Amino acid sequence: MAKVTIDGIEIEVPDGTSILNAARMIGGDVVPPAMCYYSTLKETGGKCRVCLVKVTQGSAKDPRPMPKLVASCRTNVMDGMVVQNITSPEVLEARKGVVEFLLINHPLDCPICDQAGECDLQNLAYEHGAAKTRYEEDRRTFEKIDIGDKIKLHMNRCILCYRCTFVADQLTNNRVHGVLNRGDHSEISTYIEKAVDNDFSGNMIDVCPVGALTDKTFRFKQRVWFTNPMDAHRDCPKCSGKVVLWMKGEEVLRVTARKDQYAEVKEYICNECRYDHKDITHWKVEGPRHIDRGSVISQNHYERIDLQKLKKEVERQLEFQKGKPLPEPNSLNA
Amino acid sequence: MESLSNRSKVVSNKEMTFLERIYLPAVLSGIAITIKHLFRRKATVSYPEVKREFSKIWRGHHVLKRDDKGAERCTACGLCAVACPAEAITMTAAERKKGEENLYREEKYASVYEINMLRCIFCGLCEEACPKEAIFLTDRLVYTDFARDGFIYGKDKLVEKVDERIDVTVRQTPAVLEFKKHKQLSHNK
Repeated sequence: MAKVTIDGIEIEVPDGTSILNAARMIGGDVVPPAMCYYSTLKETGGKCRVCLVKVTQGSAKDPRPMPKLVASCRTNVMDGMVVQNITSPEVLEARKGVVEFLLINHPLDCPICDQAGECDLQNLAYEHGAAKTRYEEDRRTFEKIDIGDKIKLHMNRCILCYRCTFVADQLTNNRVHGVLNRGDHSEISTYIEKAVDNDFSGNMIDVCPVGALTDKTFRFKQRVWFTNPMDAHRDCPKCSGKVVLWMKGEEVLRVTARKDQYAEVKEYICNECRYDHKDITHWKVEGPRHIDRGSVISQNHYERIDLQKLKKEVERQLEFQKGKPLPEPNSLNA
Repeated sequence: MESLSNRSKVVSNKEMTFLERIYLPAVLSGIAITIKHLFRRKATVSYPEVKREFSKIWRGHHVLKRDDKGAERCTACGLCAVACPAEAITMTAAERKKGEENLYREEKYASVYEINMLRCIFCGLCEEACPKEAIFLTDRLVYTDFARDGFIYGKDKLVEKVDERIDVTVRQTPAVLEFKKHKQLSHNK
């Protein structure tokens, strides 16, 4: 076990845990954002650089600070390590720069993009980025590609997180797509548009943090915030069958896997569940999906609040906040 | 209890004086007020012949703008509908086909765009939400009708005609007008 302090909050985690995962065990604001790291895919991380944190004390034995900001998803904790995330202005400044870099070639076509409203890059830019762009040159552009008959690839929007190639590598048995070329010219390719026809290939839509890979059966059907997400399941011989149905009225517009609070899928679903069962009678609906209050999808979304769970979460947060000074109340004379 | 507004008056039921009982002074003062108003400027105008001047930023009948080349600017992003407090706006998106580049500006467009003018409260939040400068409120009036169906305005009534452009520059903020000047930025290409 290793004792690590992140933003003044101490926690004991097993050896070999990454800083990012240690922060996630604490939860709340101290969790660094991640665009490429994916907990259910092996060897992801280290590519997008948004999870950079400052290590002010390497370990109890060697208390020197690390010379540069480190990627928290790829750096493991040491006993006695002290990490700064949101308490370090240097980290916030660096993150702002990283967001600007990610957006350099991003087309910013959110009004068209089907991912808008549930896009990690949109959230990241909103929380950490600058309001204005300084980029005046032409952005790199690619033609749209059909990956199979169910997936559309908008290479313009891709931030090269490599998550989808890890899905192809680890979830399906023969990988037919990867990243071609280098640097600015890198692009996801299916080796001359070879169809991805594996039972779990649809999961690359869910792992894509931006709108580069989108569901063609849902393409331009409805904006995500006008749909109602419902938890549902069915007996599926291939996968767990636990999904989210995105409905409009009685109509099922889209089926996705369930994502956790860090927008990561824990149980992948098969293509049959995703594409072939767009009928409410095929599913057993459990109830409305929990949607974060801050999300645009939560508009007109009603769900039962689990008071027990809420109380537990508040108590857990209070435990970590113990001993920290409370924010000053607003003065009336100011 | 003490009044909060201090505007309430205590009603008294006191006996009227002789002058009050004959009512004549009160009637005469009433007539005087009526005669005075005959010589005042009229508060009304006789509408179709005379029209009132509108404020420059009057919020009336919406317009869906076209760009300089005549292509529709709306991409059916749904931000106006989500911003609309009256839920008056609905739309259906469609994908632009090859050869329609001169009709629609982006790869997605609104195949159906409807505003229910009975629901609309003309608050202007839709034009504020629009990221594509597609929807604006204009100084045109929404006409009356006897049936409710006629108040659901589709694209036929909302999209501006290619040969009858509607000038909305007065409605754009100085920041937007300044931003549009920079022709080298990809946004304005």
